[in-house]
Amino acid sequence: MSREPAKGAVVPPPAPGSPGPEAHVMVGSADMFVNWSRKSSLWYLLFATACCGIELMQTGASRYDLDRFGAVFRASPRQSDLMIVAGTVTHKMAERLKRLYDQMPDPKFVISMGSCANTGGPFYKDSYCVVKGVDLLVPVDVYVPGCPPRPEALIDGILQLQKIIEKTRNFAKKV
Amino acid sequence: MESQALFDAVKAKFGDAALELQDAGFRPAFVVVAPASIADIARFLRDDPAMRFDSLMCLSGVDYKDRFAVACHLYSMSHRHAIGLKAYLPKETPSLPSVDAVWPAANFMERETFDLYGIVFEGSKDLRRILLPEDWEGHPLRKDYKYPESYHGIKV
Repeated sequence: MSREPAKGAVVPPPAPGSPGPEAHVMVGSADMFVNWSRKSSLWYLLFATACCGIELMQTGASRYDLDRFGAVFRASPRQSDLMIVAGTVTHKMAERLKRLYDQMPDPKFVISMGSCANTGGPFYKDSYCVVKGVDLLVPVDVYVPGCPPRPEALIDGILQLQKIIEKTRNFAKKV
Repeated sequence: MESQALFDAVKAKFGDAALELQDAGFRPAFVVVAPASIADIARFLRDDPAMRFDSLMCLSGVDYKDRFAVACHLYSMSHRHAIGLKAYLPKETPSLPSVDAVWPAANFMERETFDLYGIVFEGSKDLRRILLPEDWEGHPLRKDYKYPESYHGIKV
């Protein structure tokens, strides 16, 4: 792993307290720093289509205060890192959802909130118009069960997503 | 106005276009009319001083398997009475004149009835699908509707 300097090269002595010339120490720190930034400012796109949206609003409001995790709502996909799909998605809405997801800048994450977004929920068995799970449209990172989930459950979903982001390796080799 | 008196008034004005009065066990009663004359009868019910049905509460479709029906629920704000209008339509080509020139609020409800039952309202201002996508095939609230396998590549 260590890189030998070319013969005859003048190598300055390492600064006191520095970790040495090994590159992976530096790379690991960059990953940690970037992931910490990302998980601490998850701006989420409001995609509230049903009663889960009421719980989502309540989660963002003062009592549960999602703001303390750095998550604030955005009305534009172009400023969002995270899409919280809160509610039933119909086939007519599916194209709009896909378009909004495509407009979000990378890296982007999706939380599927509630039974309807997870699997179609009460509309799973006999509905011609409801999409049976939003994972048929966009890749989902965290599923939050419930009908609708309480704000605590959604907050736990955000914390789970933060754990996923913490483990992401952006620069170092994937092992 | 009592439903029997109201039916008699429609019968006196339009003759055979008023077919029957259905009032067994439910209110408001239904005046069953011939589909072709529903717009004229609707205009009479709105404008006649004794009727004054100025509010169209609901317009809906029904699938009876062997035939369709369109039912309108009317209410008079000034006289405080209510009545239903019903027209039975054939299974193959269900169509009847639009009443959105009489009550502008009828337009959205007619579009919904067209969207979900495929009942055509002739002379409508704007008859498009309202709930489902424009390119959806079929009319889902019909009893013989077959669900599609997928829509735009997404499993239904």
